[in-house]
Parts: sequence; structure tokens; C-alpha cells
Amino acid sequence: MALTAFAAQVMNVQVRDVQVRSTPSFLGKIVGTVSYGQSVTVTGAKGDWNQVAHAGGQGWIHASALTTADLDLSSGSGQAPTSVSGQEMALAGKGFNAQVEQKYRQTHGGDFASVDRMEKTTLQTGRLMSFLQEGGVKPQGGVQ
Amino acid sequence: MKARHLAALALFSLLALVGCKGAEIVGGIAKDMGLNIGGVPVGGYAESAVKSGEAVARSMEDFTPEQEYYIGRAVTATLFGTYRPLNNQAAGEYVNTLGQSLALFSEQPLTYAGYHFQIVDSDEINAFAAPGGFILVTRGLVRCCPNETALAAVLAHEIAHVQNRDALRAIKKSRITEALGIIGGEAIKHAAGADLAQLTGIFADSVGDVMTNMVNNGYSRSYEYEADQGAVRILHRAGYDPAGLVVMLKAMQSRLVSGRGDFAKTHPAPADRIEELAGLDAGAMATEPAVRLARFRKAVGSL
Repeated sequence: MALTAFAAQVMNVQVRDVQVRSTPSFLGKIVGTVSYGQSVTVTGAKGDWNQVAHAGGQGWIHASALTTADLDLSSGSGQAPTSVSGQEMALAGKGFNAQVEQKYRQTHGGDFASVDRMEKTTLQTGRLMSFLQEGGVKPQGGVQ
Repeated sequence: MKARHLAALALFSLLALVGCKGAEIVGGIAKDMGLNIGGVPVGGYAESAVKSGEAVARSMEDFTPEQEYYIGRAVTATLFGTYRPLNNQAAGEYVNTLGQSLALFSEQPLTYAGYHFQIVDSDEINAFAAPGGFILVTRGLVRCCPNETALAAVLAHEIAHVQNRDALRAIKKSRITEALGIIGGEAIKHAAGADLAQLTGIFADSVGDVMTNMVNNGYSRSYEYEADQGAVRILHRAGYDPAGLVVMLKAMQSRLVSGRGDFAKTHPAPADRIEELAGLDAGAMATEPAVRLARFRKAVGSL
């Protein structure tokens, strides 16, 4: 959904943890973190970045980390059932989750240890920008 | 077709997402199934399940990013059974740094748990983009690349597959419908254990669908061409010469052996992909700065 006029809009975080930045850039100072499924109020936008207010304060989040979908239901706009317990909701809402993976591993195996190792390597934006700069790579238009 | 591609190339700095693709009408099926799943009427939740089904039918958001992540983990764990991670720290760090730098300039720089890149110990010329951002590239393919820009083109192509959710498109709609029945079904209240087993079965089948397509069948030609166009946009924005993609394809063309279990089996012929990229000339690729070439050779030259 395009965000052109602002009317504040509630959106949900769709990545595990997203850093909230002081400016609309991956190089902006980190001023907070919001986790999957938590909601933020979008109050403005600049390029690919949304200005947000969340429980811990304000800042900017890259638009690819936000969705209007209700993640608790695993689909866009269904009404969340209100009469099931939290645990039931976790199963109902998340579908394929850690619990399913655990059961899958018991029957199918797979080298999940290597996947875990692979996941551990996440580099900071500053390091990535240095890498490009050191190689004489000049991004067009700067980091979004 | 060609005109569209030319236009896309001319405008490759545009941020426009490739767009929603593959939306299927499964709402009706969900409606049918939602009323009676495994002999258990789902009562008050039927309407919710139907709504879920219709919401899914509208877009590629068949699975939440979290579910996409878990499918990606299982696909990657399965791939590692055949393609073992290469134990070479310097090369691994280099490819991961290059890949994550490129992802920063993609149309979807953030995924549920980020992009991760791993060289696998295989002489095949091949690469895999598992859902969520787990990208594997064979030693054979890295060796095929004459320079960093060509390797960047390989990784950018795989990043484009991730952002286009191409792997997930292989999952049969019946699995989604079935999962939605369970996810949206009131039966969970009464038989969580049985439903977990059933959901795990659907999960395994979904992983199987992705594997079959990724390893045996390959994606449709149009998905590959779209991934090439996505790669061109990523390369351009990151500051790499998009002509590196053609350089890579030409290098591949000279090494691919027909009938082998690699790119030749699952991708359109490099010549066809080059033709689709009309306007990009390998010969016109900007000369690689010495410092960039040196670090490329140092990191992966001995693979």
C-alpha cells in the first residue's frame, strides 16, 4: 500500500528484529529495536523509509520491515479469533514455527547446525559500506 | 517481451517492486475445505478460515515472513545434506560481506532474519536462493567468476530470487489450503498434538516442493529473466557495473556441460539470458580497479 498522505497508520513489524534509526538511512544512529509482530504508528515517509512512533520512542524504519498485514493470523485481513488461549494462538497464528521445525527435525533430520552457523554472520552497515568503498565501488545515490 | 526488458533496463534505477505475482484464487477452495477439515467441523472459525484463504489468494503473501524463514531454514538444512558448507573462513567472509552489501541495495534489504551467504563444496556450477534469504553458491560457480563484479552479479541474481519469493511459488496451493484449514481451524482447541503433526507433515511437503523445483525442475524462464533484471537494478544501485552479469553468463556458457546436474539443468541457456539483457555488453564492462581485483583473487582465487 502506498503511503503518500499521512494520516498516521498502524503497521506491523515483519522481520525478527528491526533497528529504529535516528535518520532515514541504514547509517543512521540506532535509537531502538522493534520485534516481529509488534505494531508501530507510521507518521511520515521519506524514500524507502517510514517515520514511526513505537512503544520505546520515535525514529525511522525501512519500509521493507513493515507490513499492513495482521501477522498474528498469517494472512492479510482476517479477524483474529478472540476466544483461544495464547498458546493456541501461537500455533494458530504462526503456522510453521519453531515448534513445527523441532518436530520436522525429529523425522527428517537435516543439517540445521550449519544453518544456525550461517545465520550468525550479520555485518553492520558501516562495515558493508567500508567494504564497498575499499573496493572502489561507488553506490548510486547513497545508502537508502 | 523484448521492449519490456529494454524499458526495464533503461529504468533500472527505479525502485518499483517487481510486483505481486502468482496470486492464485484459493479462497473458494479454502471455503470448501474450511467447513470440514479431516471430518472435524470447524464451526465458528469457518468464516475466519475463509477470510484467511481469501487474503492469501490476493497476493504472494501465502506465508508470513516468519513462516517463510522456517521453510528457508529447512530447505537450507536439506541442501546442506548434499552440498556441504565449504570450510574456508576467508572466502566465506568475503562472499558474505559482498552479498550483504548488495542486499542493502535490493528492493527488500530486510528479511525476517537477514540475508546470509555460504559457499558450498561442490564443483557444480550452481547456486540456490532459499526462502527468507539463505543463499548458497557452489565453489564451481565462484571459480567461474573472473572478478568481483561477476560474482556480485551471481549473488544479486540470487537476492532477486529471494525478494521475488520464487522458491515459495513452488509450493502447491493444496498445501497452503490445507495449512490454512489447520491454522484457521477450531480443531486446534481440541487436538493441538494431532494438528501439530499434521502441520509438520504439510511443512515437510512444502519443503519438498521447494526442493524439487530448486534442484530438479528449475524455475520458469520468466522468473529467471526477472531475477536477471532484479540483479541489474541491485548492481547498478550498489555501484557495480551491471555488465558484470553478462561477463558472468559468458564465463558460464563456456564451462557449462549439458546434461550435468547444475545450472544447465535448471536455468535457461546463458545465451538466451544474454539476449534478454540486450543493451548490456560484456566487452564494455568497466575495468575492475586493481584493489578490487586483488581482494577478489586473495579471497577466492584458491578455491
